[in-house]
Amino acid sequence: MGNKQTIFTPEQLDAYQDCTFFTRKEILRLFYRYRDLAPQLVPLDYTDKPDVTLPYELIGSMPELKDNPFRQRIAEVFSENGDGNMTLDDFLDMFSVLSEMAPRDLKAYYAFKIYDFNNDDYICKSDLEKTVNKLTRNELTPEEVSLVCEKVIYEADVDNDGKLSLEDFQHMIIRAPDFL
Amino acid sequence: EKDKEDESKEEDSCSQQNRASRNKNYQGKNSDGKKAGEEGSRQRERGKKAPTKDQKESENKEKKTNKKGKEGENKQKKDRKNSTTSASSNSSDEESLSEEELTMLMEQVEQKKKLISTMRNKPWRMVKKLSVLREAQAFVEKFEGALGKGKGKKLYAYKMMMAKKWVKFKRDFDNFKTQCIPWEMKIKEVESHFGSSVASYFIFLRWMYGVNLVLFGLIFGLVIIPEVLMGMPYGSMPRKTVPRAEQATAMDFSVLWDFEGYIKYSALFYGYYNNQRTIGWLKYRLPMAYFMVGISVFGYSLMVVIRSMAHNANESTADGDDDNFIFSWKMFTSWDYLIGNPETADNKFASITTSFKESIVDEQESNKDENIHLRRFLRVLANVLIICCLCGSGYLIYFVVKRSQTFSKMQNVGWYERNEVEIVMSLLGMFCPPLFETIAALENYHPRIGLKWQLGRIFALFLGNLYTFLLALMDDVNEKLAEEDVVKNVTAWTLLAHHNSSVGNGSTATPPSLDPADVPRGPCWETTVGIEFVRLTVSDILVTYITILVGDFIRACFVRFVNYCWCWDLEAGFPSYAEFDISGNVLGLVFNQGMIWMGSFYAPGLVGINVLRLLTSMYFQCWAVMSSNVPHERVFKASKSNNFYMGLLLLILFLSLLPVAYTIMSLPPSFDCGPFSGKKRMYEVIQETIELDFPLFVAKIFSYVANPGLIIPAILLMVLAIYYLNAVAEAYQRANAELKKKMQMQREEEKNKRNNKASTNPMLQDLEDLLTPSRRSESHPKQAEDKKIESPNRTSPVEKQGKAAALDGSPMTGGRGAAFTPPPHVFVTQPPTWGVWAPYPGQPRPRGHPPGPVPGRGRGQPRY
Repeated sequence: MGNKQTIFTPEQLDAYQDCTFFTRKEILRLFYRYRDLAPQLVPLDYTDKPDVTLPYELIGSMPELKDNPFRQRIAEVFSENGDGNMTLDDFLDMFSVLSEMAPRDLKAYYAFKIYDFNNDDYICKSDLEKTVNKLTRNELTPEEVSLVCEKVIYEADVDNDGKLSLEDFQHMIIRAPDFL
Repeated sequence: EKDKEDESKEEDSCSQQNRASRNKNYQGKNSDGKKAGEEGSRQRERGKKAPTKDQKESENKEKKTNKKGKEGENKQKKDRKNSTTSASSNSSDEESLSEEELTMLMEQVEQKKKLISTMRNKPWRMVKKLSVLREAQAFVEKFEGALGKGKGKKLYAYKMMMAKKWVKFKRDFDNFKTQCIPWEMKIKEVESHFGSSVASYFIFLRWMYGVNLVLFGLIFGLVIIPEVLMGMPYGSMPRKTVPRAEQATAMDFSVLWDFEGYIKYSALFYGYYNNQRTIGWLKYRLPMAYFMVGISVFGYSLMVVIRSMAHNANESTADGDDDNFIFSWKMFTSWDYLIGNPETADNKFASITTSFKESIVDEQESNKDENIHLRRFLRVLANVLIICCLCGSGYLIYFVVKRSQTFSKMQNVGWYERNEVEIVMSLLGMFCPPLFETIAALENYHPRIGLKWQLGRIFALFLGNLYTFLLALMDDVNEKLAEEDVVKNVTAWTLLAHHNSSVGNGSTATPPSLDPADVPRGPCWETTVGIEFVRLTVSDILVTYITILVGDFIRACFVRFVNYCWCWDLEAGFPSYAEFDISGNVLGLVFNQGMIWMGSFYAPGLVGINVLRLLTSMYFQCWAVMSSNVPHERVFKASKSNNFYMGLLLLILFLSLLPVAYTIMSLPPSFDCGPFSGKKRMYEVIQETIELDFPLFVAKIFSYVANPGLIIPAILLMVLAIYYLNAVAEAYQRANAELKKKMQMQREEEKNKRNNKASTNPMLQDLEDLLTPSRRSESHPKQAEDKKIESPNRTSPVEKQGKAAALDGSPMTGGRGAAFTPPPHVFVTQPPTWGVWAPYPGQPRPRGHPPGPVPGRGRGQPRY
């Protein structure tokens, strides 16, 4: 850790601390995690903001995401252009939102984006079906899946437009005991 | 993209208008002359304040939208130019104006600061966050120093500097604090492999460790170390010396292992302490300190447990008591994002699938009452069975204890008779929990609730254990007390005889004192009790560790390596690997803590042992769990508030408080050992201190306060207060439920209304959509006011509302992401108002693109 001053300038570190929920040490640790994914791509010097992106294949192979059924979506939501490739900034962003300290509102917002597969700002029935299939690894019959989706829409759709808006979603999820 | 352009144009037009209106004001002032000057300035004030606010708002809004960088900067520059030009022009004629300017600037700076501090809560991309942050910081930097003038300026700058330093210090301190949280990585690792329920045990363990560390500091710092440093040394008096008869074997390991010999006569136990009122050159009042520390151990523990319970209760939201969202929650919150292990993930997938299937079946059969009745019946049956089990084992314990009391009076009883109680207890402890688990399978609860039930039941079983232990201990103590009376006389007699003999010898000098090792001793029941607790704790530690080693590690090794040459699959078949037993471990921890609380008064060193135990078990169990356990079959998430553990802990704390309080209040302390020897009761040490060390009136006050005539009303008052607060809390709860119901009804109503509307009249609905924001615009009266000022000609409320809605609604949708999809009916029918009113001057609004709020969105307040 002797060379930690050369990775970021103190101002950069301060700025990152202002923008994320992490401490200095955690930011550096995350940087090393990021770098370990592709040591030949990522330089050890970030003071002049090199333009480096890591492909999704590398991001998705992290142990934190490897087993997550939504890893592709997560990477897409947090990446700059939506294709799953990530810069260090995106990477920090992702972990900041997924960290314990992030408030529920923020998490709910990003959770909504993650479940909104077709990016239309609503969770519609096809999104729900995709979610169920990912959660159960396609082990439910199509009838069961559609039943579940109808139930979800019936429960959570406040304004009755047949799909879940962000408000519906937040209203529902903030009350969930499991939503951390 | 279109929206953005649109918006920026709109903003431009706004600022133009602002400027225009301001100019107008200026003109007005000039023409009116000096008399109207004051009024004019006030007007100007308003005029200026309003546009800047407007600008600020538009700035913020702009930030909310996705565009970044240049435009914003331009905008800001413009702002700055505006403000600086106006400042220069204003400062020339009046001073009060610059004051206004300052307050305004200050406000702006404050706002920027707020933005900086809440930056991390914004759902923006990092690049954007960084750039906005930099801008805001630059702004603050630039204008912070400019605020205030003369002396005030310096002071302000100084204050700002200090504030900055303070923030930096706080951040560094936070960094330091997070580094100090022990075992964070270890627990995270366990969490990722086994889900959060197993991790909750380790977090609980860590918490216990913290509490015990504080207790340890209290006892060691205030009792043991003063005694060792300033008290009389070992061997100076009978209570600090090993008796002659035991001296030969006092250093043997087997004796030390039983906590006899030298350990018994050390500062680790109650008996070692002297009843000297003050010790050392500090005049440290050791007996008093001993008593107070003993009380404050309980006080602190109670406080900590209750505080943490209250904290947890605050954090838990509603605790999922309304079951409106069964499927939604299953869908969106069932995945545990902490899982990072393929095996656990597999289990999780399976459990999610089954839970979906279960609830589908439930849903399909919810109409048939049969199922519910059956389940209820099964649950009642299971509870009856378990209560029978508990009663049976309770009676068995009672019976065995009775028998052991008769055995203890008989001579030469066998090994079995002597150890009957222990054997029965351990057999019960071994067989009852699995039995309960089997019965609990009937109930078919969610595993999280099942865990609670299981914990409660085993807790009840273990209470029997505690009961027998305490009963045996009380018998022991009574016996020792009886013995003591006899020994007391013997001791007095011996001392007298010794004295007489020395006097009889005729020596006028001081008689050679009796060697402290030869003085006959009382049994010192307090030390006996202390030793009992220490032994129990140590044996508990050993049993736990050996169980883990044999039951988990050896088993895992066996399954892993013998599997190569065995006739069936060991890993999948019978022995398999062990799961981590959450309920057993939590209860073990809780009961162990109860022992510590009870024993620490009689054996101050016990807390030290416990600290060591918790420390080692943290490492040992982490290792064991990672090396030789498999994840649960039904992985479930622990809820964030593990108040149930805390509740158990509180119960145990209360139970362990009782015997200690009883001994302090109503048993006489031993006459020749311990800090309270020579007193009738232990608590007399307080009366003594008050009488001797405090002025007279304090003693008087104390005697008044201790008067039952005062205590009983005080207790009554407390009861009344509790009753009142309880009633208030209930009323709040009722009100809460009422509100919930109302909200529910409103929702239903709204749904119905919308259903009807959608079918009847799309035109009307559009009107309604435009009008609904008017309710909201009341919450932004300033904005409306701004509109009024900038456009005094237009008075139509509909137009204004439409504008407010546009300002409110569009940035929100813009901020939410790129897609801006108004519902189709808006496209189909033009809202009538837009057609009638001419668009703003200099604001070409494309006809086909109504900026009204998306109906589904209109209700929500902008949150970001």
